[in-house]
Amino acid sequence: MFTANPFTDLADLITPAMMQVYVVAMFIAVAAGTIIDVIHKKSAKYFSENAKKAQQAARRTVSGGEKMGAAISTITNEVLTSSEFANPQRRMSHLMTMWGFILFVVSTVVMIFGGVESGIWPLLWHIGALSVCVGGYWFWFFIRCDVNSEGHPWYKLVRADLFIVSLLMTTTFALLWSILGGILLFAIFILASTVLFTTVLWSKFAHMFFKPAAAYQKKITKLDGSQENLPDVGDLSDPSIQARYPDIPEYMGTSPEYMGLGIKREAPNHY
Amino acid sequence: MPTFVYMTRCDGCGHCVDICPSDIMHIDPTLRRAYNIEPNMCWECYSCVKACPHNAIDVRGYADFAPLGHSVRVIRDEEKGVIAWRIKSRNGETDLNLLAPITTKPWGKFIPQLKDVSGPTQEMRNSQLLYNEPKYIRMDDGDIHTLASNGLEMKEGVYY
Repeated sequence: MFTANPFTDLADLITPAMMQVYVVAMFIAVAAGTIIDVIHKKSAKYFSENAKKAQQAARRTVSGGEKMGAAISTITNEVLTSSEFANPQRRMSHLMTMWGFILFVVSTVVMIFGGVESGIWPLLWHIGALSVCVGGYWFWFFIRCDVNSEGHPWYKLVRADLFIVSLLMTTTFALLWSILGGILLFAIFILASTVLFTTVLWSKFAHMFFKPAAAYQKKITKLDGSQENLPDVGDLSDPSIQARYPDIPEYMGTSPEYMGLGIKREAPNHY
Repeated sequence: MPTFVYMTRCDGCGHCVDICPSDIMHIDPTLRRAYNIEPNMCWECYSCVKACPHNAIDVRGYADFAPLGHSVRVIRDEEKGVIAWRIKSRNGETDLNLLAPITTKPWGKFIPQLKDVSGPTQEMRNSQLLYNEPKYIRMDDGDIHTLASNGLEMKEGVYY
């Protein structure tokens, strides 16, 4: 069941060519939505102005190799493993949703364009959808700040939920349609996916493009020493730091010990 | 000047909301990012600035210790037990870095037991110093006070 391509049975109703046109149209919608979003919010302008400001405040020049290293570490840490989340639950939920969504989209494209009847790709499609559902519903019912911290009921919708709701509807009804069949479930699945991919301008879909850019820029500001005007804590056992700030060795010793988690020992949840 | 949030840095974790003594740092219901709901009521205690794990909150310091256009930023690194400040002037000529151990004491400890303290003498009443001025900040007897000269020492663990 889970290794059979659910789109094969649809061939009587919708031709493979129509399905391919739909997938291409959704890709165009995401690309266009992202470009309009960048122009509308002036985010590219904001980033370039910030980068210029950081360059003026730079203490040293960053070499091409270091920039490449920063780009690679942005991809391996922030992009692939969502390392920017301080809260481990949010990170886990985000990883499940993101990787599930990538699996779901890639396997959909392979199944529709490759004419796969059965095998590993339909299985990956189901696993991807399930992973989005687990990570997404975990977020929706427990982690989302409105529910977790503000005490709002889970069914209260605001515009910020456009992305997560349409994403969850897409994968939930994709799974239901694949298991139960029926044109109604398929129609809801397609409606939700169309909303998901055509509302980039109004939803937070575009975060997958600007978040890595912000993470990369943050790394560059650390490398060039401007660090957004933040102070440098450094390694406290470094003799040059101890010579510069004599309070450190005087009160904390020459190799200061680990002082505990501090504020991080408790997740923020009572506001 | 009250606190403000860099939206591209904030991830909506809620540490600032938790710690704000005036309860004016909230999570925006549309963007799910922190913001100061009532800047008039912010008294720039820097609690949220220090609590933010992404250094996404900033405050413009008062013009009486740095001219307009400056930047005053802080990192409170509790795991290392230190607090670092950087004050930078608008033209970048002044770029002051400070680093010091955190000396905040645990909440509810070291409460002054005033009933055990003897009342002020007439000499104290006439003095410009406050009655029961903490001895650690009294500059009229001896040299500048340090932790060591007052018999204090850094303890493991930092508190807020």
